[in-house]
Amino acid sequence: MARQTPLHALHRELGARSVDFGGWDMPVHYGSQIEEHHSVRRAAGMFDVSHMCVIDLHGPGVRAFLRWLLANDIGKLQRPGKALYSCMLDESGGVLDDLIVYLMAEDWFRVVVNAGTRDKDLAWMRACAAGRGAELDIIERSDLAMIAVQGPEARARVADLLDADAADRASALALEPFSACGCGDWFVARTGYTGEDGFEVMLPAAEAEPFWRALAAAGVAPCGLGARDTLRLEAGMNLYGNDMDASTNPLESGLAWTVAFDPPDRDFVGRRALEALRTAGVPMKLVGLVLEERGVLRGHQKVSAAGIGDGEVTSGTWSPSLERSIAFARVPSATGSAVQVEMRGKWLPARVVKLPFLRHGRILIDL
Amino acid sequence: MSQVPVELRYAKTHEWARLLPDGSVEVGITEHAQAALGDLVFVEVPETGRVLAAGEGCAVVESVKAASDVYSPIAGTVIAVNLALAAAPELVNQDCYGRGWMLRLQPASPAALAGLLDAEAYGGQLAATGG
Repeated sequence: MARQTPLHALHRELGARSVDFGGWDMPVHYGSQIEEHHSVRRAAGMFDVSHMCVIDLHGPGVRAFLRWLLANDIGKLQRPGKALYSCMLDESGGVLDDLIVYLMAEDWFRVVVNAGTRDKDLAWMRACAAGRGAELDIIERSDLAMIAVQGPEARARVADLLDADAADRASALALEPFSACGCGDWFVARTGYTGEDGFEVMLPAAEAEPFWRALAAAGVAPCGLGARDTLRLEAGMNLYGNDMDASTNPLESGLAWTVAFDPPDRDFVGRRALEALRTAGVPMKLVGLVLEERGVLRGHQKVSAAGIGDGEVTSGTWSPSLERSIAFARVPSATGSAVQVEMRGKWLPARVVKLPFLRHGRILIDL
Repeated sequence: MSQVPVELRYAKTHEWARLLPDGSVEVGITEHAQAALGDLVFVEVPETGRVLAAGEGCAVVESVKAASDVYSPIAGTVIAVNLALAAAPELVNQDCYGRGWMLRLQPASPAALAGLLDAEAYGGQLAATGG
């Protein structure tokens, strides 16, 4: 039986077509995935992301523990509300998950992990904490729902509806990118997974439905996971399980920027393996592709770089904003600016481009 | 419940067939099929003149989600294809029984439609599979 979010009945009422995602029954679209995509790029759309797992870590040892557990350095987080994107690795450098961590207070950090990895992640964190004798409590916040409101008009729409005093509303609107604040018992973060401005709002499960209805009345379009996927691909953002997993490391997954090798005396899980890899040379890299012909790039299609070697598409789609097919592919590091992709028995040319394809509504590659 | 026009005949694989006054047969995909596929971004239609067996792959519809084959509901020769779909594949989503038609066939046999499902039988199949 697939798990359901607190908004499940409402999605049904809105006519959502649903899909199993990481063991959860989630809306894939409410009519047209492409229209939902454009709503986010042009105005504002909302996503039920309550399937993602919010984990609070409390205790005096929490900062030291997370500096060792995560590949990015939460030492960079110095003020409450600041957020950091990181991978959580195993000892071989394989990616167990990607996550966002927020500094709530010096002895309280909040981590948001993927839906499909929640049970494994919790078990891993608890085992690691026990192994290090870290003094902390790890609490799964299944009492919270999460709604992502994204698009150029998203922040204004949310701020109008915050059931908080004027000061809280002002501090939400004043948030810098990648930071968060409390608004009563809600938690509002200026983060997202679409390449547009917006908020991710964590709130008590019972308050999710009235908030969603109020956003809809304010003109925010309900959007499913289908649009979320095309938006994140255009924005050059990885999806765990497609673009990286425990069998791949961040250096070959376009995530080297998230691994903090400095300061050199900070040990973290996977550090030794990644340093050895860096010294030896990383054989593969993750790149962006634009298909030069008609068709749609899809995950697992074969990629060939002539005279260099083979690779594979990790995520691919039709991009509604670029009106081209785009993809991420893992290819040999020496791959140049052109590859071929196998599609239904034919090899079609694709161009290798720098990610992202698009950010804040602006196309960043040559079409 | 999907729309299933009574004047058409259907294949189990969710294609429809319409007998035209000149004896040719127009083919497309059903309301149920287009809804399951989601927004279409490409439709690849066959060359005119191609001879198709019943059940043979004759077109490919590609949505944001996935690529799917369209199977010819009857045996025949392709005499026309809907060229508008190259620029506007969304016609299949918007009007699958009308402007979203895909191809016209000259049937190999005048009784070709006899082997297909009528609207009631196809509707029954959808109901049985939760469509």
